[in-house]
Amino acid sequence: MEFWIELVVSVFLVVGAVFVLIGSLGLAKLPDFYTRLHGPTKATTLGMGCLLAASVILVTYQQGYLSLHELLITLFLLITAPVTAHMLAKTAMHHNLEILDKTSNKALTKRARDRINP
Amino acid sequence: MLSTAIVIATTLVCIALILNLWRLFIGPGRPDRILALDTMYINSIALIILFGIYSGTTLYFEAALLIAMLGFVSTAAMCKYILRGDLIE
Repeated sequence: MEFWIELVVSVFLVVGAVFVLIGSLGLAKLPDFYTRLHGPTKATTLGMGCLLAASVILVTYQQGYLSLHELLITLFLLITAPVTAHMLAKTAMHHNLEILDKTSNKALTKRARDRINP
Repeated sequence: MLSTAIVIATTLVCIALILNLWRLFIGPGRPDRILALDTMYINSIALIILFGIYSGTTLYFEAALLIAMLGFVSTAAMCKYILRGDLIE
């Protein structure tokens, strides 16, 4: 295998894994639910994008034709991650989880909770 | 170099999975646990893709796609369940 392809794939793999680790570190260490929510939903999506890009490059080089399986997974994750984050934030608001004191517009959560249809 | 990078990336993803498991155990509320499970399935997709690169086959991408779809559906179902107390009204 040529050196520069190996270099690019290795850099993508390590950077993607570091992003995945940062997202999970945010999930483990941040103080309240809403800050914990934004860690994995952003960092993990970017990390998965890097890992799948590495896979696309490697498989395309090995097989000799353009392999687009992995873009399907990337597209699916990019579509579903915001939907999941939105549903989780709505669930947390209706369960009245504790919010950090620094949060702005805290009164809006009560208004969202009191709506008839969650 | 590629094999070393795969080992490093697998180690980092496994540490991430252990952190998610810790949050799944201590998570104060049910939304925290759902979020931990959601992050866990995304990280397991990363692990499967790394294994596919390591073993040199493209067989595992269908498994990763299946896990992505079922994980999204299960997260949405759990959110809906603890939001409304019912799935199909």
